[in-house]
Amino acid sequence: MTTAPLTAAARPSRATAEPWPVRVLLLGVAGVFLGLFLVLPLVAVFAQALENGLAAYGAALVDPDARGAIGLTMLTAAIVLPLNVVFGVAAAWAIAKFEFRGKSLLLTLIDLPFAVSPVISGLIYVLLFGAQGWLGPWLAAHGIKVIFAVPGIVLATLFVTCPLVARELIPLMQSQGTEEEEAALVLGARGGQVFWRVTLPNIKWGLLYGAILCNARAMGEFGAVSVVSGHIRGLTNTLTLHVEILYNEYNFAGAFAVASLLTLLALVTLGAKQLVEWRTRRGGRAERAAEAAPAGGIP
Amino acid sequence: MAIAALQLRKRSVLPGFGLALGFTLLYFGLVVLIPLAALVVRGMQVDSAAFLKTVTAPRALAAYRLSFGASLAAAGLNVVFGAIVAWALVRYRFPLKKVVDALVDLPFALPTAVAGIALTSLYAPTGWLGRPLAALGVPVAYTPLGVVVALTFVGLPFVVRTVQPVLEDLDAELEEAAASLGAQRWQTIRRVILPEVLPALATGFALALARALGEYGSVIFIAGNMPLKTEVVPLLIVIKLEQFDTGGAAALALVMLAASFVLLLTINLLQRWSTRRRAPLGD
Amino acid sequence: MSIAVRRVSKTFGTFRALDDVSLDVRTGELVALLGPSGSGKTTLLRIIAGLETPDAGTIHFHGEDATALRVQDRRVGFVFQHYALFRHMTVFENVAFGLRVRPRRVRPDRREIRRRVQRLLELVQLEWLADRYPAQLSGGQRQRVALARALAVEPKVLLLDEPFGALDARVRAELRRWLRRLHNEIHVTGVLVTHDQEEALEVADRVVVLNQGRIEQVGTPEEVFHHPATEFVMHFLGHVNVFRGRFVGQKAVFGGIELDVPDAPETGSLEARGFVRPHDLDLSVTPGPDTLLEGTVMRVNAAGPQVKVELRSDAGEVIHVELSQERYRALALAAGMRAYVRPRDIKLFPSNARAAGAAAPVG
Repeated sequence: MTTAPLTAAARPSRATAEPWPVRVLLLGVAGVFLGLFLVLPLVAVFAQALENGLAAYGAALVDPDARGAIGLTMLTAAIVLPLNVVFGVAAAWAIAKFEFRGKSLLLTLIDLPFAVSPVISGLIYVLLFGAQGWLGPWLAAHGIKVIFAVPGIVLATLFVTCPLVARELIPLMQSQGTEEEEAALVLGARGGQVFWRVTLPNIKWGLLYGAILCNARAMGEFGAVSVVSGHIRGLTNTLTLHVEILYNEYNFAGAFAVASLLTLLALVTLGAKQLVEWRTRRGGRAERAAEAAPAGGIP
Repeated sequence: MAIAALQLRKRSVLPGFGLALGFTLLYFGLVVLIPLAALVVRGMQVDSAAFLKTVTAPRALAAYRLSFGASLAAAGLNVVFGAIVAWALVRYRFPLKKVVDALVDLPFALPTAVAGIALTSLYAPTGWLGRPLAALGVPVAYTPLGVVVALTFVGLPFVVRTVQPVLEDLDAELEEAAASLGAQRWQTIRRVILPEVLPALATGFALALARALGEYGSVIFIAGNMPLKTEVVPLLIVIKLEQFDTGGAAALALVMLAASFVLLLTINLLQRWSTRRRAPLGD
Repeated sequence: MSIAVRRVSKTFGTFRALDDVSLDVRTGELVALLGPSGSGKTTLLRIIAGLETPDAGTIHFHGEDATALRVQDRRVGFVFQHYALFRHMTVFENVAFGLRVRPRRVRPDRREIRRRVQRLLELVQLEWLADRYPAQLSGGQRQRVALARALAVEPKVLLLDEPFGALDARVRAELRRWLRRLHNEIHVTGVLVTHDQEEALEVADRVVVLNQGRIEQVGTPEEVFHHPATEFVMHFLGHVNVFRGRFVGQKAVFGGIELDVPDAPETGSLEARGFVRPHDLDLSVTPGPDTLLEGTVMRVNAAGPQVKVELRSDAGEVIHVELSQERYRALALAAGMRAYVRPRDIKLFPSNARAAGAAAPVG
């Protein structure tokens, strides 16, 4: 057999494995590709953020404009997250547990926000609420600002992140079927009891991950928010817009310091995904193990 | 709402259908469908001659060429390298595999602006990769090649994540059967594995393409944004908007929206194809 | 509590799952709904439970119309085919669920719930597994947890959907006998869905045979096995040989045998079809007056309580015969020998003879 370092194949049979030089070559290509496109950018963010030392890094983060951006970003996420969680649960309940006409159309439409450019996601709200938009004159007459203000940022973020929780829950709830809910009904449970006691505990991990993902995307949205925000410093600046401003002002260390916060958030999100997958896979594995075990007879 | 819903569905004993579907439609309608409809209506309102002039202006045509060309190139790169990455993740063992697997999703989770400045700093003429590449006579940042790099980054997870589960579900017996029938390893891969993976590859390609076409954040930093040269369509829309040419922005956006729709439908058909192909035999 | 099903119909899209079905289940009896997949048996069970609504017809519990009663209010125990245990709850919590979700006024207190769950777990012999999760149990154990959970609400009716379908053959046989004993102890009215004729015949007081949304026959296991009402029931409840004959006047003629059929068809197709179970056929090595046909012995399998003989007639039909070991030894049969087939009992069905239930004994 081979003595090459990285070639221990997952399957033992030689008939279904490539010769070792091929394996080394494929692993090398995959490694270089991922290294260039994933690892190097990550390293670059932190390296550039710390270029001028820890003190400069800290200063960039406590700068009043940066703090304002952090505040607005958190406010946006705090509004968007609960709304999209409720939407995701409602949509998944209707789509996964019931049969109705137009279901596959609805399922396709839910992906729309993923399919359109983030620039368009912002633009549509400018067309509705902007100065030249349909509701613009009426809003201006009543002194309500949507575009170039916080409501516009919230709306654009809502649009972009709206499918995330639903997308996470629908396949999960479809795979779980309706038998447990039916069992609860037969045992006398009312509608609310069925949801809180049976459905929710079964989807909690998927829901948690959907929420974390939704949060990360809400905090990290750039294109859509950029179109509606008006880039007013300290007022309508989210974290990502703040990064852009600093970068365009050639304050690279500052831009990367703020970017490193968002990068940490992304890494936490990836970690959460692994955790949730591990939890659900562990459940599935225990079930399969018991299934394979000899069925216990009656004592 | 509840009454209409009752007629729509096959009757079920589970509660809450009317409420759930009603809220879903109301919310989705308000947040997504009505605003999108506003774009369509606004785009239509543009006088047709002006519409044509906007969407066929040389600057717009150059932007389409760059957007579609760079997106196709990036999606193509992702098909080749994404398939290799998926294969390595499913079939081989190597150190830090779990971490690598998790990291593949980074472009989903990392804000595009962050990706944009990170890639730009790497590939700029003064950057870690930009300097040696420039010395070789291959400038990346502020050229169409830079756009391809950024779009490859944002599309990277799609092919890997659509191909990976198909490879995982692939029955080892299939390959053993092929081998027992005398097929060489490369024949097994070409004639047995590739056809199985093909729908997933196509789906991944379409998903990466759709994502790349609309991409804004990661591109604008690395592209240089020179009109007629390195300006992508989403950027052109933003520029129109900043010039208070709302109609022009809406017209260009409508063209992009139409392209997105076609891709979304294609993706749907592809996904149906791949789930049909993956349906278990028997039963 | 008795159950009455009155003229129930149900379609799914264009598929007719139940077609004008009526059925009575008496208090305390255990009835099996038996049929192939797609025969409507599970749909009928789910309609009785209130999990599906019939398109037409009514369900009565103890003489009262329960058609409009919600599933939560029917007080039925339902055991799902794949058990539908709540995977995030322990065995104890699963069994306690039906009591915990009751409105406060009628909810037993904690100690009472604990006592009742404990008693049920003893009944299904699983008290030692109370703190396990469903994923940690074997199939047979999950089945019994599902049963205990269904019984916890003290249902007047127990409905079981393919209760042993997902278990291997040995556990299945054990659980079957155990369920029969349990039913004798608690005496709840029970309806059980199965596609396994052996299971239905062994467990049930009465068997309802369903086919394509209609009831073919209702009767005790003995009745449906020995006196099948239709061709379908005959086929479904065991192996059967079909012989082709002719109607001549008031008689059906099969080879050398003539059967009296008072209202045999006088016009139209005069082909008669006679059905004989393998154990109702005898063989001899010499022809006699009651020989149905002759053929060559193709295969003999003597391993088992009965000897299975496969015969090929000169017309090419394959006939299956079951003989006792004694008879087989007396005949000294071997492959390649000529043999003469003699039926003890031929059944004709109204589908081709107008005679209702023309099961004509020979001899």
